[in-house]
Amino acid sequence: MILSLKNTFAQIGDAALFAKRFFKEVFIPPYEVKEFLKQCYVIGYKSLPLVTITGFIMGLVLTLQSRPTLVKFGAESWLPGMVALSLIREIAPVITALICAGKISSGIGAELGSMKVTEQIDAMEVSAINPYNYLVVTRILACTLMVPILVFYADAIGIIGGYVGINIHGDVNFYRYLTQIIQSLDFLDVIPAAIKTFFFGYFIGMIGCYKGFNAENGTESVGRAANSAVVTASLSIFIIDMVAVQITDLFF
Amino acid sequence: MIEEEKNTETKSKNKKQTPIIEIRDLHKTFGKDNTVLKGVNLMVNKGEDLVILGRSGSGKSVMIKCIVGLIEPDKGEIKVFDENVLNLSKKELNKIRVKIGFLFQSGALYDSMSVRENLAFTLRAHKRELTEDVVENEVIEALESVGLGGAIDKMPSELSGGMRKRIGLARTLIINPEIILYDEPTTGLDTITSREISELILDIKHKQKTSSIIITHDMACAKMTADRIIVLKDGIIHAEGTYEELEKDEDEWVRSFFD
Repeated sequence: MILSLKNTFAQIGDAALFAKRFFKEVFIPPYEVKEFLKQCYVIGYKSLPLVTITGFIMGLVLTLQSRPTLVKFGAESWLPGMVALSLIREIAPVITALICAGKISSGIGAELGSMKVTEQIDAMEVSAINPYNYLVVTRILACTLMVPILVFYADAIGIIGGYVGINIHGDVNFYRYLTQIIQSLDFLDVIPAAIKTFFFGYFIGMIGCYKGFNAENGTESVGRAANSAVVTASLSIFIIDMVAVQITDLFF
Repeated sequence: MIEEEKNTETKSKNKKQTPIIEIRDLHKTFGKDNTVLKGVNLMVNKGEDLVILGRSGSGKSVMIKCIVGLIEPDKGEIKVFDENVLNLSKKELNKIRVKIGFLFQSGALYDSMSVRENLAFTLRAHKRELTEDVVENEVIEALESVGLGGAIDKMPSELSGGMRKRIGLARTLIINPEIILYDEPTTGLDTITSREISELILDIKHKQKTSSIIITHDMACAKMTADRIIVLKDGIIHAEGTYEELEKDEDEWVRSFFD
């Protein structure tokens, strides 16, 4: 029990050092721009279909589920604003981040884990190439920048989904729908939600890289690294979200 | 014939005067009690090919990984080009690493890159000032030196085991190393391909004047490439000599490699 606790703390400490190293290495040349752009393409562009489908369904389902309650209270006109607020403040960031944890974090964990097991990371090291700079910095940076963009995109698609949902039972003009959304949104609804998505992105990338980079020898550990990356990244998203909501609540 | 042997002897004596790798009292233990190296001492001279024999798990790979700083030993001293690599900073160690080539057992090609990119990536990392044309020419030259010019656009997954090792060797050679460390270069290959790889090692030694440490279980490879052989047993050097000397050794353990 004590040994297991000790190992857990040792791993947290190790992960913290790994995370800290990013802030040092990100400013040290060589800047791997080509690899960074490639990762932006893989993490951002390649996730678009998944985010489009889930974003649309989120908006549609949220509208359809909320409508009966609002109708009961005679507040159906609040539906666009409520859907947009729920999507932008909470649902789109968390669901998109969870999708990214499943797709990106596991992908990075498996890719780097397999590179570690097949000695590709060692091959970089002995060739005097900094594997942390080339593999980790580029992936974490791409995640940190792409996840907020994907969330912003999911917000937009979710709002379109909401519009479709509203028009299943009624007939609302898209211009009027958008006007209602914009009127109900505040600056403080958007900014804290946007800020937390950068943290989501950073942790998704960092956890995937950490798990892959520290995979033990053997192909079995590749699967373990990918699985562990998803679980840890998903858990960290909920923890960050909880902290972010508390901080937002405290200051705004 | 006798004169030729004498010349070789004189040459080998001269080589002994310029050690390029020196290992003293090297110890390494994994976990609590898995001791793989118990005080290894060895020296590799300039232009020499040293073959290391030993059973699996006897610490051969660990030893060469210590030389390039991939594994940190518990105790001992490793001097490469007269510098103790264990006391060097990362930056200083990297200056030594660019003079050392390392051929991994699996070839360790970067899976996400084509053969061209595998070589070009390594070259560009060291010589960022090179133009694309120069990089391309050097890549082609390195691939042709291992007889695989036609594989330039292939992905590692499309290559056979022997081809992967050759490409791995080309990637090592592209930075013109002075020392090459071979980790079981012929393991898992058929007899003909193994012989081709051994010939390639010999060819590289003669053309590029490199010094090498070759870890192998393949006695045909050892016979072809070794200037000197070291046999590791229980974490220490058990026997040392030329192939011919060890072949006649009375020791049962040593004999088991040659029978």
